[in-house]
Amino acid sequence: MTDQPAHPSLAGLSCPIPLTDYPSVQLAHGGGGRLSQMLIEGLFLEAFDNPVLELLHDGAILQVDGARLAFSTDSFVISPLFFPGGDIGSLAVHGTVNDVAMCGGRPVAMSTGYILEEGFPMEDLWRITRSMEEASREASVSVVTGDTKVVDRGKGDGVYINTTGIGVIPAGVEISPRRARPGDLVVLSGAIAVHGIAIMSVREGLEFETQLESDSANLYPMVASVLERAGERVHVLRDPTRGGVASALNEIAGKAGVGIRLDERSIPIGEEVRGACEILGLDPLYVANEGKCLAIVDREAGEEVVEAMRGHATGGAAAIVGEIVEEHPGKVLLRSRIGGMRVVDMLSGEQLPRIC
Amino acid sequence: MKFVDEYRDEADAVRFIEAMRGLPTRSWNLMEICGGQTHTIIKSGIDRLLPPEINMVHGPGCPVCVTPLELIDRAIAIARRPEVIFTSFGDMLRVPGSSADLLSVKADGGDVRMVYSPLDALTLAHANPGKQVVFFAVGFETTAPANAMAVWRAAQEEVENFSILCSHVLVPPAMEALLGAPDNLVQGFLAAGHVCSVMGYWEYEPIAERYRIPIVVTGFEPLDLLQGTYMTLRALEEGRWGVENQYARSVTREGNVPAQQLMEKVFQVVDRPWRGIGPIPMSGYALRAELSRFDAERRFEVGDISAQESPECIAGEILKGLKKPHECSAFGTRCTPERPLGAPMVSSEGACAAYYHYGRIEELISRDAAQAAERHD
Amino acid sequence: MCLGVRGKVIQIDPDPLGMHMGKVSFGGITKEVCLAYTPEVEVGEYVIVHVGFAISTVDEEEAARVFEFLREMNELDELDVPQPATAPSEDAPGSGEVAAP
Repeated sequence: MTDQPAHPSLAGLSCPIPLTDYPSVQLAHGGGGRLSQMLIEGLFLEAFDNPVLELLHDGAILQVDGARLAFSTDSFVISPLFFPGGDIGSLAVHGTVNDVAMCGGRPVAMSTGYILEEGFPMEDLWRITRSMEEASREASVSVVTGDTKVVDRGKGDGVYINTTGIGVIPAGVEISPRRARPGDLVVLSGAIAVHGIAIMSVREGLEFETQLESDSANLYPMVASVLERAGERVHVLRDPTRGGVASALNEIAGKAGVGIRLDERSIPIGEEVRGACEILGLDPLYVANEGKCLAIVDREAGEEVVEAMRGHATGGAAAIVGEIVEEHPGKVLLRSRIGGMRVVDMLSGEQLPRIC
Repeated sequence: MKFVDEYRDEADAVRFIEAMRGLPTRSWNLMEICGGQTHTIIKSGIDRLLPPEINMVHGPGCPVCVTPLELIDRAIAIARRPEVIFTSFGDMLRVPGSSADLLSVKADGGDVRMVYSPLDALTLAHANPGKQVVFFAVGFETTAPANAMAVWRAAQEEVENFSILCSHVLVPPAMEALLGAPDNLVQGFLAAGHVCSVMGYWEYEPIAERYRIPIVVTGFEPLDLLQGTYMTLRALEEGRWGVENQYARSVTREGNVPAQQLMEKVFQVVDRPWRGIGPIPMSGYALRAELSRFDAERRFEVGDISAQESPECIAGEILKGLKKPHECSAFGTRCTPERPLGAPMVSSEGACAAYYHYGRIEELISRDAAQAAERHD
Repeated sequence: MCLGVRGKVIQIDPDPLGMHMGKVSFGGITKEVCLAYTPEVEVGEYVIVHVGFAISTVDEEEAARVFEFLREMNELDELDVPQPATAPSEDAPGSGEVAAP
């Protein structure tokens, strides 16, 4: 029997991420910032090199026998499992439905995989599952297939959930991070940093008396209205989850090779969230959102898109927050409230609250 | 938000900027020693709005950055102990020691927790009688009252499983050390508003007198910094020295007396090494002898710690304003916030880190372009 | 140093052991804060909070001074006279030539 050669493209390949730099995975590799980018581009892309993946959008857009499908996956490892405004279940559904919507797709079906830790209370599992059922029903998406695994006690955080969604992209919709071009406007569907702060408010060691609810929501109906109104004039859609608005825009600027200018005065933010960020020393631009959407659109479509968003509860505070420019490609700049200018850099590691 | 939004008004900011524009008859070097002020200046882009004659130097105002490497290694060694719950403010968690940082100790299974107040650490000690709770007490005078209270309460409540690792530093001795150095360039100071809320500003009067230098106690909102800078500039142009108080809404000359009284009971003034500068006499706090049982350095024997600073780091020159971060050969390449070589890159308020993240737009653009070109080669 | 955030005192709980605690609101978020260092503070007043402790009260009168200063600057500008003297402080600044670097 002849020896099978090792897969040619992986033969002799050592880990592309210099082991001297990061011999082991750090929390920051999942944070949505520079290190995440490094892991994805430096390690995964090196192995899975293909033109669809290269786009590194929220989901993949596939041409299958004449139809265009949006295909996306997301895993949820959140702690605490239950938080004001939702739980890991509703988050898992909204997260994947939104990722499909960010490709311009109408979500049709999803799968869900559970990794359960031995000892996890059945009552909680039922609560989470009911929550997922409710969320998927509201989104008109069926959970059509799934998988369950159980790991030893201590090897999981109660439950991890993976959801994968599939949707259909109608004609006249062309979403791609590379479509952002100078002159386009950046539209944000509402107030930032709500989810991240709501989560922090429940985490150990941090107690706020006022209940801030996560903004986790199904964005598809709002996105559908936007696409109906503006069609091809919508160039990029992105939901700014981990790493916040700053990270999402940095990624887009990088991929499209354009610069982005934001105006601090236009960025919607709630009083309480602002107060919380002040006390915690967090920059709201880097805090996670779960029910917000960025849209980069043709300049003359800006107002229409804002209007379309405002027609939905999820887009009540929609506003134009910036524009795409030719200068400083790959960089996001912010005009501060007092007229100064600063760079909104990519997150280095996990954003940690500061005291200084 | 009251007492916040008014101080961020653009029209008023412009007013100060315009007033400053025509004023300087020569160039001046101003220094602020406060990480919070560095943060506001760069986040609001104030440094780019000031007249070019004003050179704003970001002094050693970040207590995280000036914490000696050896103490960070000590903290890491203590945190690694299985019986310890190591608590700290967020800023310190990512500061690298010689070979690890507190976050990686956590990744390896150590119990390292972030707290927002030293009282949270005390609460943890109450709740975990079988564990040793250690709190990393880092800060300027602003944080000392809080840390003093935690130790005081621990003593009163007889909480024996609580201790602090103390790295408190004081501003006036640092100012004197900077002003007294033969290569000093600084001609005017913005004093840290919250340090002065606690300590008052009477300590600065003899310094202003001795060095004939204007010192303006300044707040943290953009308008505060603009007004503070304006006042300092006016004083310099008019040849005046002395202490003025821009942040009068929070600062009085004598400061917070109840806070000072408790600090007096808990701490004594000692010599301290400042990372990037060197030892400065009588520039820090340590626990008083009668409370030394709460000193984590005494409680935990961690053996010899010898920490090696990178020879490439020019922190001393940066902190004194003799060089700007981008003038360092390692800036942005071998020395980045992810992999800092020295003090000013270590926390986001450090001069080099602040510069790296927010400032010098043109530099960042050309650096990224160069790196992109490299990748495509 | 240092992150001091202004908040409004909405509740005071005198502590039998002398460590007064209270609830402070920061734009709607309320948090428990130690008020031991601002023993005279009353509900409705504003404080500066740092790591869970109020370190000073915000003097409303003084708070307005920044804007009075600005107003004076504006008025004098219109009259085209030299700028106003610097904001008042409790001790008179010295005079004479500033030492050259």
